[in-house]
Amino acid sequence: MSELLDVAQSVVGRARPGEGVEAYVSRGHDTEVRAFSGEIEQLASASSAGIGVRVVLGGEDGEGRRVGFAWAGSLDPGVVGAVLDDARDNAAYATPDPHVALAAPDGVAPVTLDLWDPAFSSVPTDEKVRMALELERMVRAGDSRVRQVDAADYGDASVEVALASTTGIRATTRRTSAYVSVSAIAGEGGESQTGTGFSVGRSPTDLDLERAGEEAVTRAVRMLGAGKIPSGRFTVVFDPRVVSTLLSVVSSALSGEAVVKGRSFFAGRVAEEVASPDVTLVDDPTDPRAFGASAVDGEGLACRRNVLIDGGVLRGFVYDSVSARRAGTVSTGSAVRGGYAGTPGAGCRALALSPGELDQQGVLESVGNGLFVQSITGVHSGVNPVSGDFSVGAEGLMIRTGALAEPVREVTAASTLQRMLRSVLHIGADVEWLPGNAAGQTLAIGDMQVSGN
Amino acid sequence: MSAAVTVSATDALRPACTEPGGAGACGAGGGITITIPPVPDAPWKPVADAPLVESAVLERVLAAAVRRGGDMAEVFAEDRQLSGASLDDRKVEELSSGRERGAGIRVVVGETTGFAHTADLSEAGLLQAAEAAAAVAREGGGGVRTVALGTRLARPPRAAVLPSTVARARKLELLARADDVARSAGGEITQVQVGYGDSRRRVLVASTDGVLAEDDQVRTRFSVVCIASGDTGMQTGYESVARTMGFELFDQVDVDEVARTAARRALGKLSARPAPSGEVPVVLAGGSGGILFHEACGHGLEADHIVKDSSVYVGRVGEQVASPLVTLVDDGTVAGEWGNYAVDDEGKPAARNVLIDHGVLTDYMWDWLRARKEGRQSSGNGRRQSYQHLPMVRMTNTFLLGGADDAGEIVAQTPRGVYVAKLGGGQVNTTTGDFVFGTTEAYLIEDGRITEPLRDANLIGNGPDVLQRIDAVADDFSMTPGTCGKDGQSVPVGCGQATLRITGVTIGGTAA
Repeated sequence: MSELLDVAQSVVGRARPGEGVEAYVSRGHDTEVRAFSGEIEQLASASSAGIGVRVVLGGEDGEGRRVGFAWAGSLDPGVVGAVLDDARDNAAYATPDPHVALAAPDGVAPVTLDLWDPAFSSVPTDEKVRMALELERMVRAGDSRVRQVDAADYGDASVEVALASTTGIRATTRRTSAYVSVSAIAGEGGESQTGTGFSVGRSPTDLDLERAGEEAVTRAVRMLGAGKIPSGRFTVVFDPRVVSTLLSVVSSALSGEAVVKGRSFFAGRVAEEVASPDVTLVDDPTDPRAFGASAVDGEGLACRRNVLIDGGVLRGFVYDSVSARRAGTVSTGSAVRGGYAGTPGAGCRALALSPGELDQQGVLESVGNGLFVQSITGVHSGVNPVSGDFSVGAEGLMIRTGALAEPVREVTAASTLQRMLRSVLHIGADVEWLPGNAAGQTLAIGDMQVSGN
Repeated sequence: MSAAVTVSATDALRPACTEPGGAGACGAGGGITITIPPVPDAPWKPVADAPLVESAVLERVLAAAVRRGGDMAEVFAEDRQLSGASLDDRKVEELSSGRERGAGIRVVVGETTGFAHTADLSEAGLLQAAEAAAAVAREGGGGVRTVALGTRLARPPRAAVLPSTVARARKLELLARADDVARSAGGEITQVQVGYGDSRRRVLVASTDGVLAEDDQVRTRFSVVCIASGDTGMQTGYESVARTMGFELFDQVDVDEVARTAARRALGKLSARPAPSGEVPVVLAGGSGGILFHEACGHGLEADHIVKDSSVYVGRVGEQVASPLVTLVDDGTVAGEWGNYAVDDEGKPAARNVLIDHGVLTDYMWDWLRARKEGRQSSGNGRRQSYQHLPMVRMTNTFLLGGADDAGEIVAQTPRGVYVAKLGGGQVNTTTGDFVFGTTEAYLIEDGRITEPLRDANLIGNGPDVLQRIDAVADDFSMTPGTCGKDGQSVPVGCGQATLRITGVTIGGTAA
């Protein structure tokens, strides 16, 4: 860790007078194992490291201020120096913008989070291989109708990051993560259906293979015999995994950057009712259970708890330093960046709805009749976070008199994100922290158009 | 995994667009067997510039990789340079540049592949990665093997104007012009984002099979996203161009036109009504409609899904899997297209492969590993995102050959339905064959005429079923670039087709 910070600081130390420099340095190690047919199909293991540098040229008063960025997938001293030069060259061509600035310490102390498993690197490869093989075996044995397991994976990663800047930022963060995931194919006659299962944790010992395997088997097998249904308006109950994806889409409209640039349907609506009164939505990266938990953000400021929707009323947005200055406010510690090759932007890391009181069974019983959706497709091609238009491919099971009934496939579910937020009927108590930037829980939404035949 | 293969054209950072009259354009003619004239690629010739790794070093590293046994070892070295610029909110916000170089080494032992990568291209760095990749070769007893590589043959970059030789100011000028043009399209255009990007990717592949191949791939892209605001809220319009070539792209493409198209799409949707729901006849315009084939059968014809029995097309070679109007080709050799290369990421020359001939399934697409399993040759479809990834079977430029019908006539002979002018992306579950594809510009067809604009929606269908329902194919072929994601890896691909009609497919709008 300290040597990464040394690299970052050595770059910052080469700033010219009046120049702002920020260096983001990261190093990672990951392992991936894929089992197939009782053998190891792939075993990959590698380390990588890189640096991203931002240079801000221009005066203290914001006059003529410009930013440039460069990166490299190497920490070789010669390469690192060239990256700084490239970033400086790039900055000279940007349009002057008084809002451009590097983050500066804001007095908020980062929480202490334990996201690093010290025993991580001592887990032998054989153990990782065993887990992938065992997961595959469990799924194949899970049900006689499972006819194929096309991938059973174990994966882990450790990432260390150091950030330093001429504005006084000096931050480090590190995390470990491990996962197993499996994809089952159930068959009967000429028909095939699929189901996936997974488990994530900070450490290989956190992983629940049995549950991941059971999920994949159950989800595949219960889809056998699925067919289309006639189009109509339905109450739709979404599985926690789907809800995690939905919240992630909503989060792009809660980004302060999207708001100040006129790309969010939430713009100008703070203090207005935008959702059902049951909806309270909070982004809290300081919650260690969250997959995206982090003590510091992508600019080195402390991550903090941000209430975005409270009792259905829009309370605010998440900001990084630049979008905050544009909006005339301060950073909420919400800068996110996609590794050393990306620049920071405003985004959520750990969104979750305040849980209701019912478990999934309770939600199904309250709904009575409707459609339960276990997976969706085409989020990138059918959900527009600017207009709010929402249309996805869906598969799942009918809900009849409060219980899951016959399986359904090749249908779509459509509405708008705005209307869906106002049509929330029940929020499950079954909060589940899933990979990505949002938790999942069962969610019932009224009055969606389901398209079939 | 099989359930997560997508192609996207909607993300502004990921290039995708319609390519009006590109290298794939073909003329009218009798029947449906019109072929795209093969565009000659740069010939193989020995080159003098420095290789990424010297052959002698490669030979020693490969020998070390199989020292403890193994059927095959391969070094894939890559040097990638990228530069980009984005204009947003009327400002050139970000100029960026980056460089990544390294090598991925795989060792195949029976059914098992060991893989490691390194950013260190020195002999010591490569030997360390080779050792890590060879850890799967436990049996030992490989003994001393010498590896002899063939003569070094490399290709010059296929770009008339290398983007790195173009002044930043010239690139920025394009951004500013597109911004002005888009904003002048109407007062309702409230935001414009323009993106420019270029990349140069030098690759070298060497294996114990004696393969020694190099390629130098230059790509350039340009995209515009507009937001229009009105009483009904905001709508987005997107358009981009992306080609495997250098800065000469802008001699062929008018950025004003790109900007106008994006603005027109956003403005048009301000008055759009909700898309219908249920099963309707659909006419797909040429170009981006190719995403239909990418999802409906392209992914399902990738041999990794075939050998794992996770595709609806397993065991169907020789069968009629589509309407006789369907002749589908995957062709990595089409110069300039977004999915073009000289050799794939396993060193195999790109090829033109006919997948479906007049509705009959003729073959799947293959990489080295899956071809070996079946005792045949790779079809030149082994690709990877970067040196940090293992190769797998991927599409290149996948397109439906043009037909004989007139596009206008197809619409005129559709009493009621939906006309899709532009698709944004799609996703497929190869095992079930169910796939979605989403519209970003669509209209109602009423009484054989294109009428009101529709809001964005996904359509859903089952591959083999939808392919049988194609009852008309026009002669107005064009290509569209896209980014294809599979098992966590993204690669550039091309899609193409001519205007066609599907007699019925489910559209997922909100109108009852």
